[in-house]
Amino acid sequence: SPYQNEEKRNLSLGGHVGFDSLPDQLVSKSVTQGFSFNILCVGETGIGKSTLMNTLFNTTFETEEASHYESAVRLRPRTYDLQESNVHLKLTIVDAVGFGDQINKDERQVSPIVEYIDTQFENYLQEELKIRRSLFNYHDTRIHVCLYFITPTGHSLKSLDLVTMKKLDSKVNIIPIIAKADTISKSELHKFKIKIMSELVSNGVQIYQFPTDDEAVAEINSVMNAHLPFAVVGSTEEVKVGNKLVRARQYPWGVVQVENESHCDFVKLREMLIRVNMEDLREQTHTRHYELYRRCKLEEMGFKDTDPDSQPFSLQETYETKRKEFLGELQRKEEEMRQMFVNKVKETEAELKEKERELHEKFEHLKRIHQEEKRKVEEKRRELEEEMNAFNRRKVAVETLQSQSLQATSQQPLKKDKDKKNRSVVTQSQPGACLSSSKVMITKTSVEPLNCTSWWEAIQCCSCLVKSATWREGFL
Amino acid sequence: AGPVESKKEAAMSELVPEPRQKPVVPMKPMGINASLLGYIGIDTIIEQMRKKTMKTGFDFNIMVVGQSGLGKSTLVNTLFKSQVSRKSSGWNREEKIPKTVEIKAIGHVIEEGGVKMKLTVIDTPGFGDQINNENCWEPIEKYINEQYEKFLKEEVNIARKKRIPDTRVHCCLYFISPTGHSLRPLDLEFMKHLSKVVNIIPVIAKADTMTLEEKTEFKQRVRKELEVNGIEFYPQKEFDEDLEDKTENDKIRQESMPFAVVGSDKEYQVNGKRVLGRKTPWGIIEVENLSHCEFALLRDFVIRTHLQDLKEVTHNIHYETYRAKRLNDNGGLPPMTVETEENHESNL
Repeated sequence: SPYQNEEKRNLSLGGHVGFDSLPDQLVSKSVTQGFSFNILCVGETGIGKSTLMNTLFNTTFETEEASHYESAVRLRPRTYDLQESNVHLKLTIVDAVGFGDQINKDERQVSPIVEYIDTQFENYLQEELKIRRSLFNYHDTRIHVCLYFITPTGHSLKSLDLVTMKKLDSKVNIIPIIAKADTISKSELHKFKIKIMSELVSNGVQIYQFPTDDEAVAEINSVMNAHLPFAVVGSTEEVKVGNKLVRARQYPWGVVQVENESHCDFVKLREMLIRVNMEDLREQTHTRHYELYRRCKLEEMGFKDTDPDSQPFSLQETYETKRKEFLGELQRKEEEMRQMFVNKVKETEAELKEKERELHEKFEHLKRIHQEEKRKVEEKRRELEEEMNAFNRRKVAVETLQSQSLQATSQQPLKKDKDKKNRSVVTQSQPGACLSSSKVMITKTSVEPLNCTSWWEAIQCCSCLVKSATWREGFL
Repeated sequence: AGPVESKKEAAMSELVPEPRQKPVVPMKPMGINASLLGYIGIDTIIEQMRKKTMKTGFDFNIMVVGQSGLGKSTLVNTLFKSQVSRKSSGWNREEKIPKTVEIKAIGHVIEEGGVKMKLTVIDTPGFGDQINNENCWEPIEKYINEQYEKFLKEEVNIARKKRIPDTRVHCCLYFISPTGHSLRPLDLEFMKHLSKVVNIIPVIAKADTMTLEEKTEFKQRVRKELEVNGIEFYPQKEFDEDLEDKTENDKIRQESMPFAVVGSDKEYQVNGKRVLGRKTPWGIIEVENLSHCEFALLRDFVIRTHLQDLKEVTHNIHYETYRAKRLNDNGGLPPMTVETEENHESNL
């Protein structure tokens, strides 16, 4: 290094500086941000996973029982916010639903679990690789511990157990536990535990070891390591024992107390999992399991730590070539899409043109029909007009004839005078009536008697109305 | 020199408080409440975390910048109550003032209350001492960026170290000469450039040359000038996390900073107590007396309350900015981030 650097030497302080508050400063920041802890529970349906979680965290997370008829194994994560004094914990419990239920217990039992764990690592890795990233407030979903529930047969591990644990041991911290431990007697349990541990060892399964490098916890942890796998009993029901209410399972022959260390290892599990090693589990997940995943993934993607001097560059180069490739691919696909779009547009355009043409034709057709009709109507009107004119001419002719004939027969003056009088009365009383000298035929129906009692009288009376029904329009 | 020092050490020990008790991991719940089933033990994670961090220890890198003779080394020694920095007066007087700005990083391991700290003091002799001081901040900026680069290199390794050694500069104390007038162009230029890459804490050096009124006025003027020039010193307004932070930091930014300090590593007897101070014909200036100077404020601020925050701002903000820029620039391709790629993937 070009800079003058002295070897680090130990210095003694001449007074109280105050940086011993540093752990407090660090912890208080973490407290403000909150912690995440993610537990994966793997075990057959009905083995007591949910009950154990409820007992461990002293709440009721799960209310329904899981079905035994799942078609495949699926992972079901549920997140809860817990708080104790000023500590906020985001607890995620992931259940492997349907595990061990299928008739054919092939690798499809385990692969969904492995996939889930890998996906959480992948998500973290993606965040870490981003150019603009925010790791410090990233919600960590990586599985910190896997509780593997062993069926209390009392004999040995099932082959599914071995296969599953072997697949998971390089990806997650495994703590094996014997479930429903109250179904095994003490002596059987002891033999069972030994058998399990030896089978795990002979199959090379790496379970989580409680850390023994810190003096404060080394002793308790090494004692606990010897008690694995923990034989647990879970219960959220309370039974009165002596004068206290304890969590227990009541049988006709006695009461199995959950928190009694001579009855089961629940207390040990709680101590180890939560009160002593929670932080170590988180740390191991990050520094060991995640780093392994990351390394494998990056190597798989083609990155290598070849030249120590040019690391960012080789990462960058590989990254760039991949980026170019990808961009090229992207462009090609874009082109394809654009082409498709253009074609579609052309098609639609053609369709629309066709429709337009059709519409136009229809319109023209209708127009022609309309014009035809109009013409016809026009013709009819002309005909009608002609008729009317013809009629008028005839009428005029008839009238002139009548008036001639009237003059010729002037010997009947009374009748004629009457007629004349009637006519003129009638014509005068008719508002707007044309004062013509031609005779008008009055029928009985055209007179409306108001004051007069007979038709004759009405005709002569001025105040009676005469309906115009028999009058032709031409005379008004 | 011998007997004085041993006397000093003996006296110093009186100032050391009781060593903190090693925290015990609770095995049974403390303060059981009436309901037997109440306590789970989640809050023990604090203790677990604290123990882990104490085991791994902490790194802290502090840089001091200012013209020679402003008391930088003395101040750092006073801050950490030990000879972490070699004073120029202790050096061979025939050593010339360096022609360019040099960067000298000296590391020490100090322990207090079970907490181990690897402290590195980065000195910058030659800054502002030339006739022509143009761009004298460049070597400093270069050094800071090189530390970011070193860290980045480690971070992008395939096989990474369990704990990446942190040499990044967490805090830069910039020493302002107590002229009583205003900031100098060099001060402004330096702080303008560097406040974007590192946490700068401006301090007024040798504050015992100013009276109280002069001090207050000078501080106000300096604050004004910094504001006018858009210089964001630590704690930066934009990184206040919540209202509580903001009110606390506002008070510091608008009233206390820049801290007017006096440094000393000599002790004197005052009122029956041994205190760090400077003896003058007109009296003894007590370094840790708040009515004399603001050293105690600076010490509490940097070490006792904001040390972790200084590191976090450096890591989460300055380093991330450097990293983002570095990953973007390299290759000269249009800045398309990895996330955009992912978005494209999902769209296709």
